[in-house]
Amino acid sequence: MTEAVAGRSLLLSALLRLARNRAAIASAVVLALYVVAGIVGPMVWLHDYRTVYANYVKVPASLTPYPRAEEILPGAAAALRRARLTVENVTVVGDTATITVHAARPIDPRVTRYLDRSDLFADARLVSLADDALSATFAADVARHTFLVGTDANGRDLAARILISIRISLMIAALATGVALVIGVLYGATAGFLGGRIDNLMMRVVDVLYSLPFVFFVILLVVFFGRNVVLMFIAVGAVEWLDMARIVRGQTLSLSRREFVQAAEALGVPPGAILRRHIIPNVSGPVIVFMTLLVPKVILLESFLSFLGLGVQEPLTSLGVLIAEGARNMRNAPWMLIYPSAALTLLLFALNFLGDGLRDAFDPRDR
Amino acid sequence: MLGYALRRLAGAVPTIFVVITAAFFLMRIAPGGPFDQERTLEGQVMENLNAAFGLSDPLWRQYLTYLGNLLQGDMGPSFIYRDFTVGTLLKAGLPVSVTLGSLALLLAFLVGGALGVVAALRQNSAVDHLVVTVATFGITVPNFVVAPVLSLVFGVWLDVLPAGGWQTGHLAPMVLPVVTLALPQVAVVARLIRGAMLEALTSDHVRTARAYGLPARLVVGVHALRAALLPVVSYLGPAAAALLTGSVVVESIFGIPGIGRYFVQGALNRDYTLVMGTVVVVAVFIVVFNLVVDLLYAVIDPRVRYD
Amino acid sequence: MTAPILSIRDLRVSFATPDGPVEAVKGIDLDLAAGEALAVVGESGSGKSQLMMAAMGLLAKNGTARGSARYRGEELIGLPARRLNRVRGAKITMIFQEPMTSLDPLQPVGRQIAETLRVHSHLSARAARRRTVELLDLVRLKDPERRVSAYPHELSGGQRQRVMIAMALANEPDILIADEPTTALDVTIQAEILALIADLRTRLGMAILFITHDLQIVRAFCERVMVMRDGRVMEEGDVATIFTAPREDYTRMLLAAEPEGTKPTAPPAPPILRAENVGVHFAIGRGAQLAAVDGVSLTLSPGETVGIVGESGSGKSTLARALLNLLPATGEVRFRDTPITGLSRRQMRPYRHALQMVFQDPYGALSPRLTVGEIVAEGLTVHAPELGAAERRARAVAALAEVGLDGAMARRFPHEFSGGQRQRIAIARAIVLKPAALVLDEPTSALDRSVQKQVLALLLALQAAHNLAYVFISHDLAVIRAVADRVMVMKDGRVVEEGPTARIFEAPATGYTRELIAAAFDLSAILAARQSNPNARGSASTIAGT
Repeated sequence: MTEAVAGRSLLLSALLRLARNRAAIASAVVLALYVVAGIVGPMVWLHDYRTVYANYVKVPASLTPYPRAEEILPGAAAALRRARLTVENVTVVGDTATITVHAARPIDPRVTRYLDRSDLFADARLVSLADDALSATFAADVARHTFLVGTDANGRDLAARILISIRISLMIAALATGVALVIGVLYGATAGFLGGRIDNLMMRVVDVLYSLPFVFFVILLVVFFGRNVVLMFIAVGAVEWLDMARIVRGQTLSLSRREFVQAAEALGVPPGAILRRHIIPNVSGPVIVFMTLLVPKVILLESFLSFLGLGVQEPLTSLGVLIAEGARNMRNAPWMLIYPSAALTLLLFALNFLGDGLRDAFDPRDR
Repeated sequence: MLGYALRRLAGAVPTIFVVITAAFFLMRIAPGGPFDQERTLEGQVMENLNAAFGLSDPLWRQYLTYLGNLLQGDMGPSFIYRDFTVGTLLKAGLPVSVTLGSLALLLAFLVGGALGVVAALRQNSAVDHLVVTVATFGITVPNFVVAPVLSLVFGVWLDVLPAGGWQTGHLAPMVLPVVTLALPQVAVVARLIRGAMLEALTSDHVRTARAYGLPARLVVGVHALRAALLPVVSYLGPAAAALLTGSVVVESIFGIPGIGRYFVQGALNRDYTLVMGTVVVVAVFIVVFNLVVDLLYAVIDPRVRYD
Repeated sequence: MTAPILSIRDLRVSFATPDGPVEAVKGIDLDLAAGEALAVVGESGSGKSQLMMAAMGLLAKNGTARGSARYRGEELIGLPARRLNRVRGAKITMIFQEPMTSLDPLQPVGRQIAETLRVHSHLSARAARRRTVELLDLVRLKDPERRVSAYPHELSGGQRQRVMIAMALANEPDILIADEPTTALDVTIQAEILALIADLRTRLGMAILFITHDLQIVRAFCERVMVMRDGRVMEEGDVATIFTAPREDYTRMLLAAEPEGTKPTAPPAPPILRAENVGVHFAIGRGAQLAAVDGVSLTLSPGETVGIVGESGSGKSTLARALLNLLPATGEVRFRDTPITGLSRRQMRPYRHALQMVFQDPYGALSPRLTVGEIVAEGLTVHAPELGAAERRARAVAALAEVGLDGAMARRFPHEFSGGQRQRIAIARAIVLKPAALVLDEPTSALDRSVQKQVLALLLALQAAHNLAYVFISHDLAVIRAVADRVMVMKDGRVVEEGPTARIFEAPATGYTRELIAAAFDLSAILAARQSNPNARGSASTIAGT
């Protein structure tokens, strides 16, 4: 016996196997990034997800900031047209624009606020006013905005919308999975361990629930819980527990026929302790695996409902909502479809790969 | 076997009945009604409408009436498509959905099966990794992403296929919807077949076949593949029921007149009869395909006996 | 010796595992002459099966073979599958240990045999079917015309193995490789199958390579034997020489590992366990009931061992569970005058520590996520809750020491132990409670003979030290003879015969017992008797006829 004295538990060896799976590790890293992006992202991002830039509706993704040089003159003209001023000339030096205007009637110095209201300028001030007040020169800082992945149909920064969507998706997934886990494990373990007639009855209930069309069920939940997203997804969790209950029940049933459970019975170990010491720990592997695969299912479901317009409501948003908007605008603004789709796909991909990796790690027969 | 099938169908009647009942009452206790959308209907008008559609009767009587009509094949008038009965709507839409669904199913079985077998035979090779990755992709990417992206790429940018629309009998408009529907199923079938084949290939009886010098075509085709079909059959049953009854996403993005969208539209607009109609159709499909799975299982696996 | 038809030189097999390559066969030389019967003997893990799998190109995917294996001069190692397929199934055929899983469960057995005929002998479908019927008749399967279309699950274990043999003979092979062909079968069936193979060999004249762990079979069946251990050949020679004058210690140890001797009779004492007319009935649907155990009575005194012997399905394991009130039973079981039959879990709990059980499967009987220390101490948490954790641990370590395991192992998990060690842990779990009686359900059946001998010695020592009473259940008559004071022979849920061990084995009263004993101890005689009269059963449709 040259090995270390402390044993290597099945869980530890499973994790070691997982560490050898490069796809799973990469997925775990991606997921960690998503979690950070979801929690921290909306707080530190350049733009708030609610801010509307009326001047920048559906601008394409770009690394260079807006406004572009050629947009400044029309932008200033458009802003000042409301004050009935005509822009003669705009010169830009560094971040400062100098705007000369004239008008038919005397110029009120307070018209600078029209410039401030535009998304292009900030801190506008009067430099000089002609004696007759019919022409003037303004100076204003050019507000530089970068829209890494473009803006949406309302002129909101798409990246900020995607970040908040990630937060919503992860939150909903955690909530619904948690609910499904608790109900499923308790229900399945009880049915499997008690067995016999009770098991039969409990599983019959599950069967009937199964034969209800799933989308119907969810849409009814939407109808009932209306627009409360949290409640709705607790409810979704309450639907998704069916699979979990079946898995746990099957495992429990087969475990309770194993000789180590019989041995515990022969020792006189009470049923509760058998469940706690011998059954639950051995069910945990499949349950963890199923959970990692349930998370993407829930995210997908949430996106699907949002896609149909049944999920998250404005000003909050979700990847499904963004994709639906993108699909509507794909001809003239394809980035609105591409980036949210990529964000959702990568997230689901990472979750699925991690789930598969975990399954292989816990049940290494395949490899 | 025939007796078993008939008994199973008879046994399914209570299931369908429970589903119908649950759907009926759940729909009705949900807040709102079919005429809420039309703004400010006067009280009298609203009452008249309700009376005309039998909505002012007590709920239990409406339920009994509905059951009675259903037994005679009458699913009632639609509330949102005012000029149509639910029966007409479903009769028009079902063939479209079934056509698309069965093509997708066929594609899934053939392509998915081939990919799965190839991957299993070349386990851990580049081909295998490719298949596994593509399959994960297919399972992962939701159809509401695939559909618009395909439509954008092939319909708009490349302009080789119609981005949407439907003409009965024409193949071109079917390509993108069928591919969208089939993609996730191809992926699942490929993974199932791969897994089951890997298990079958290491099983004792396949070792026997190899020990007896049978050519690879017999070892794989007869002894391994047949065992590997079992999980696919049990997966494809429910999947077929879902595919053949239409997909709201595919239908709304490609503009296809199937029955998938009726369900969502009906539920949102409280079109009670339309929702009930779709529920009945879906439930019947589920029951029938579960039966088909069981029968196919018995054909493939002699250990399963029904009598 | 004439030129060998199969000649293996320096064959090595290694498997790629996550923990690096593992070499299972480490350079083996072997020659097999035409018509010869050679035994390859070894315990589990000796590489005896992998040796032939490698020669036949049947290694698992992670396995690689190096070296040489020539059949009539043709190198088999590295031969492309297409060329290899002309040899395997036609010139060299195999039968395997598990007749249930070795046949395709989804195809009729006749079709599987016909398939090999069509591939190798190029017969038409009709001819192949006719030949299949002849073959099934040749292996003495009753009613071959009907059996052709039977599926494997419709046949018994012995019948399935006959089908495998028919398949092996179909193309008139030169060599039949039999890989533990009777290990999964009951002794009486084993005797029939071995007699059949021996008979077919004399009639058809093929060489047989017999892979087995069972020295009984080697002695009865083979002329030459090769002893393997840990991937290497330990010793090789004539069966007579090896059995009478083994050169290697390992061979001597194997020979000595056959259970022998008898237990010294226990002094008479008042019984602690008394079972009257115990019955167990299982519902098998539609109101029908199967009597798994029917009207069995027994008494058990301290220091005494009652051996229960029977073939699979005889109800002996069910009886064990009924005695401990682990499943509902009729009749009455009394523990020291207290009737325990029908007590609830809670009512039964005070008696559990006195009545313990050890199971057959050392892999399934230990909870995989608990440490060995926790497993052994579990009973104490129920029956001695007043003990502190430290005291419990100390007692567990003491129990482990008593079964010959290092106390430091208490922190390890079951999957890190060998089968024999696990069985010791299971025994420690039982004796830590200081029981009065132990029910041992096939406690050594899953173990190699040499390990079995050690575990049996441990059980006898523990019995002597604590004056334990044993109910010892086994299908293995040699084991029962070595450990029991009294023997009960069971068949189909009933006791066929019972009495003192010596009387049962020396003067069995019933035909069934005699048959069992002959099959277990006198294989050579059975084979000799069958061979002198080969047409005792079945017809003489012969290979030569085609």
